[in-house]
Amino acid sequence: MKHAGGYIADSRIRAIEWLPWAFALLCYYAAPSYLSLGSYILTMILFALSLDLILGYGGIITLGHSAYFGTGAYVAGIVAVRLTGEPLVGLLAGALAAGVLGLVTGMIILRTRGLALLMLTLAITSVCFEVANKATSLTGGADGLGGFSLLPILGLFRFDMFGKTAYLYCLAILFASWWLVRKLVYSPFGASLTGVRENNLRMHAVGAPVYQRLVASYTISATLAGLAGALLTQTTQFVGLNALGFQLSGELIVMLVLGGVGRIYGAFVGPLVYLVLQDYLAKRFPEYWYFGIGAMLVLVVLFARGGILGIIDAGILRLRRKS
Amino acid sequence: MRLKLSTLIAVLALSAAVGSATAQTVKIGVITTYSGPTAGQGDQLDKGFKLYLKLNGNKLPPGVKVEPIFRDDTGANPDAAKRVAQELIVRDKVQFLTGVVWTPNAAAIAPLTAEAHVPFIIANAAGWNIPRMSDYVARVSHTLPQSAYPLGKWAAKKFKRVYTVVADFAPGHEAEAAFIKGYKDAGGEIVGSARVPLANTDFIPYMQRVKDAKPNAIFAFNPGGKQATAQMKAFGDLELGKAGIKYIGTGDITADEELQNMGDAALGVLTVHHYSAAGDRPANKSFVAAYKKEYGEKLNPGYMAAVAWDAMDLIFHVIREQKGKIDPDKTMQLIRNYKNPDSPRGPIQIDPETRDIVQNEYLREVRKVNGQLANVELEIVETQYKDPWKEFNKAK
Amino acid sequence: MQDFLSSLVNVAFHGIAYGMILYLISVGLSVTMGLMGFANLAHGVFAMAGGYMMLSAMSGLDVPFPLAIVGAFVAVALASMVLERFLYSRLYSAGELEQVLFTIGLIFMSVALARLVYGPLPQPVFIPGYLKGQIHLLGSGFPAYRVFLIVFSVALAGLLWFGVERTRWGAMVRATVDYRLMAQSLGINTARLFTLTFGLGSGLAALGGALGAEIIAVQPTYPFEHLVYFLIVVAVGGLGSLRGPFVAALLIGVFDTACKYWVPEFGSFFIYVATIAVLLWRPEGLFGKAT
Repeated sequence: MKHAGGYIADSRIRAIEWLPWAFALLCYYAAPSYLSLGSYILTMILFALSLDLILGYGGIITLGHSAYFGTGAYVAGIVAVRLTGEPLVGLLAGALAAGVLGLVTGMIILRTRGLALLMLTLAITSVCFEVANKATSLTGGADGLGGFSLLPILGLFRFDMFGKTAYLYCLAILFASWWLVRKLVYSPFGASLTGVRENNLRMHAVGAPVYQRLVASYTISATLAGLAGALLTQTTQFVGLNALGFQLSGELIVMLVLGGVGRIYGAFVGPLVYLVLQDYLAKRFPEYWYFGIGAMLVLVVLFARGGILGIIDAGILRLRRKS
Repeated sequence: MRLKLSTLIAVLALSAAVGSATAQTVKIGVITTYSGPTAGQGDQLDKGFKLYLKLNGNKLPPGVKVEPIFRDDTGANPDAAKRVAQELIVRDKVQFLTGVVWTPNAAAIAPLTAEAHVPFIIANAAGWNIPRMSDYVARVSHTLPQSAYPLGKWAAKKFKRVYTVVADFAPGHEAEAAFIKGYKDAGGEIVGSARVPLANTDFIPYMQRVKDAKPNAIFAFNPGGKQATAQMKAFGDLELGKAGIKYIGTGDITADEELQNMGDAALGVLTVHHYSAAGDRPANKSFVAAYKKEYGEKLNPGYMAAVAWDAMDLIFHVIREQKGKIDPDKTMQLIRNYKNPDSPRGPIQIDPETRDIVQNEYLREVRKVNGQLANVELEIVETQYKDPWKEFNKAK
Repeated sequence: MQDFLSSLVNVAFHGIAYGMILYLISVGLSVTMGLMGFANLAHGVFAMAGGYMMLSAMSGLDVPFPLAIVGAFVAVALASMVLERFLYSRLYSAGELEQVLFTIGLIFMSVALARLVYGPLPQPVFIPGYLKGQIHLLGSGFPAYRVFLIVFSVALAGLLWFGVERTRWGAMVRATVDYRLMAQSLGINTARLFTLTFGLGSGLAALGGALGAEIIAVQPTYPFEHLVYFLIVVAVGGLGSLRGPFVAALLIGVFDTACKYWVPEFGSFFIYVATIAVLLWRPEGLFGKAT
C-alpha cells in the first residue's frame, strides 16, 4: 500500500483540500482564547511542510532543519531591532537569509546520503547554535533577542495581545506557502524529486540532474523553514537559542512522521495532533506529559505505518471493501 | 449549530462570572520548568511554592481563595514561556504571574505583563536588566552581580591571583564581569579566564589549565545541577586544593539541593550568596524543618525553593492588603513597599525604585554538619544590599 | 619546556580517558546500529538504565561496586532482549523513519518513567575508596578512576574484537548482517542471533552508563542529552566496524580535550567542525565500508 506521494497528472484542488482552511477559520471564531497556541501550530505546520518537501519528496533525512528555521527567526529579529519594524520586510529577509544558507550548506552536504548526511545536518545546526550563542551583541546570546516592536502589517493590522492578528497573519503566510509547495509537488520538478527518493540510481541512469534537483529543493525548503522561523519571531516578538537547537529538528521530524510523510497534509495533521496533545497533557501532568506523547508515537509505529493519515487511508480502504 | 455554540459559550461565561462573584478567587499563574534537562531547577521552585500553599494557603481574608495554575515552560525556551504566559493571562485570566527559572523566558514574558497589566513576580531568572522591561515586574530572587561583585571585593583581600571559569552564556558572562570588576577595583590580579560551553560534560581540561596557571583561587560560575557537581569533582580529582588553590564562587556552585552529590571535594569551598539551608535564623530553621517533613528527611531546600516561598509570601501579602480585590497598579504600589524582616534568608525588601530585591549577602564555607555537607554562613559581607549593576549601568 | 611537556602528558591522558568514556557508552550503539542496521536512537535509555541500576544497587542494597556493574550489565541486557522480542523485532523490516519515530517514543516514555521513580535531580555517585585519589607516575598525578576506565575499556575493546572477528558467534553475526536470507538458509537462527546481539549492545550501553556515571551524570533526560555524542562517535567511526568507534572516540576525546585546554574559546565548536570535516572527507566514516 504505497501512498500517493508524487506526480499526479490531475493537479486540480480537490474539495477536501479546502477542509484544513475551513477548520482553521472555524477555530479562529470558536476558540478565541487558544489563538496563541493556534499561531504556533500554524507556524510549525509551515515548518513541517518545508521538511516534507525534502524528507517526504526528496528522501533527505535531516536533524538540522532548525538551522534554517533559527536563521530566519534571528534575521527577522535583528531586522526588527536594527532596521525596521515592518513585518513583511523582516519576513522576507528571514526567508532569504535561510535560503542562502540552505543553498550554500546544501551544495556542500548533499553529495552524501544516509547517516553521514544526517550527522552533517546535525553538526551544521549545532555550529549555528554556538555562533548565535557567541555573537551576543547581535543575537543577545542565551538571553535571547527581544524588546523590539513591530509596525502594523501593511500599515493596517496591529499585532494585538490576544493574538488575533498574529493568527490570521500566520494563516495567510501558510496558505501562500501551501499553494507554492503544492504547485511544486505537482510539477515535473516534484516528480523528479519523488524519483530521486524512490530510486536514486535509476534517476542517474535516465540522466536526471539529481544533485542539482536536490540542492534546488533543499534551498526552497530552507527558505520556507526560514519563513516559519521569521513568523515565530514576529508572532512572539522574541527569539531564543532554542530556535536553533537540534531538539527542535527532532521534534519536527516526529511531528511530520506522525502525520504522514510525503503527502503535504501529513505536515498539517502531525503538528496539530502532536501540539494539541502536548498542550493538553502538559496542563494536566506538567512533569509526566512526555509519557503520553511517547506512548502515542510507539503505538502509531507499531499499529500504523504511514502515520495518522496512513491510519485514515487504511480505514477508508476497509470501509470501501465492506460496502 | 452555530447558534447553539454561541449560546453555550455565553452560558459558560455567565456561570464563570457568577462563580467569581460569590467567592473571591485570586488566580496565580505559576510558570516553571517541569520537563527537560533542567527540570531539577524547576522542581525547586515548584516545591517552594507548594510548601507555602500547603502551610499558609488559608491565611487569607474570609471568602478569599487562591487558585494556583502550574504550567511547564520546558526549559530555557522563551517562545514556549511566552505562549504559556499569554494563555494564562488571556484564557485563565490570572491576576498574578510568578515562577520562571530562566532569564530569556522572563524577558519574553515581561513585555506581555506591561501590556496586560498583570503583576509578574520573578522567583529566579536573574538577568539584571529584566525589571526595567516592564513596570509590572518585580523580583524576589537575586542578580548575579549582587553576589559576584561583593565576592570579588572580598577575594581581593585574601587572594592575590585568581583564575575565572564560567559557563559560556549570558549569566556566566554577567557573573564573570561583576566578579572581575569587584576584584580588580580592589587590586586583585586575574591570571586567566575560560568560558565553558553549556553542553560540556568534562571539566578536567579546564581545571588542568587552571592548575597549570598556579593561581591562589579559582572563581567559578555554572548553571548548577550536574554541571556544578562535574566541575567540583574535576577540582577534586586533579587535587587543585592540595596545590593550594581555593575554590570560590556565587552560591550557584554549591546549591543546597545538589551539594550532597558533590562529595568531600566540596569541603572548604567559599561562596557568597543570599540563602543557605544551614542558615542559623529561626525562620529558616522552621522552613527547612517543614521542607524536610514534606519532601523527605534527606532533602535540603535550595535557594530557589526558599525564593519561591518568599515569592508566594509576597503575593499573599498583597492579596491580604487588598482583601482579594486585585487592582494591578495598587498591587505594584504595595509590592514596591514590601518588606519581610523574617524571611528564611533573613530580612528582605523590594527596592521601590528598581522593583528588585534588597537582601543580605552571606559569605559561606562548605563544612560537614552532622555528617552532611552544608553551606555554613561565616559572616554577612553586605547588609541589605541592592543589585550593584544597575548603579554601574544607569538607565539611558 | 618542562611545563609544556607535562601539560602535553596531561592532555593526552585526560583526552584518552574521556575518549574511553565515550567509547564505553557508544560501542553498544555501534553494535545495534552497525551490525543490525537498526536506527536505535533509544540507545541512551539503556545506558541510563544501567546507571540507575548500579546506583540504586549500591546505595539501596549496599552491593559492592564491581558486582553492581555486572548486575547492571546483566539486568539491562536481559530486559532489552525482552523488548527486542516483543517490540524491536517487528520493526526490522520497517523504514528508518519508523525506527526513528519508535525509538524517540521509547525515549519519551523512559524519561517520564525515570523522573517518576528517581526524581528530576542527577543521582549521587560514590565510587569505592580504592578507585579514588591519584596514581603518581613519572612525576605527575593521574586520577585513579580514569586510569581504571582506560584499562577497562581497552580490555573490553580487545574482547569485543576477538568475539566478533575470531569466534563462531561473531562469524554468524557478520554473515547475518551481510545477507540475512542467505544466513537463514544456511541454518543460522537469525532471530535468536539478533536477540542476543541486541542484548549485548544494550548491555554494553548499560556498562557505559554505569561506569561513566561518575563523569556523565545520570538524570532522567540522559537519553536525549548525550544522543548527539553517541551518534557522532558511531558516524565518525563508521558503521559496521568495531575498530571505528574505538578510534573515533579516542580521536574525539584527545582533540576535544586539547582544544579545551589550549583554545578554550573554541571549545564548543570543535567537535562539530571535526565531524563535518571527517564526514565530508569520508562520508562512510573512518572505518566504515563504502556503500
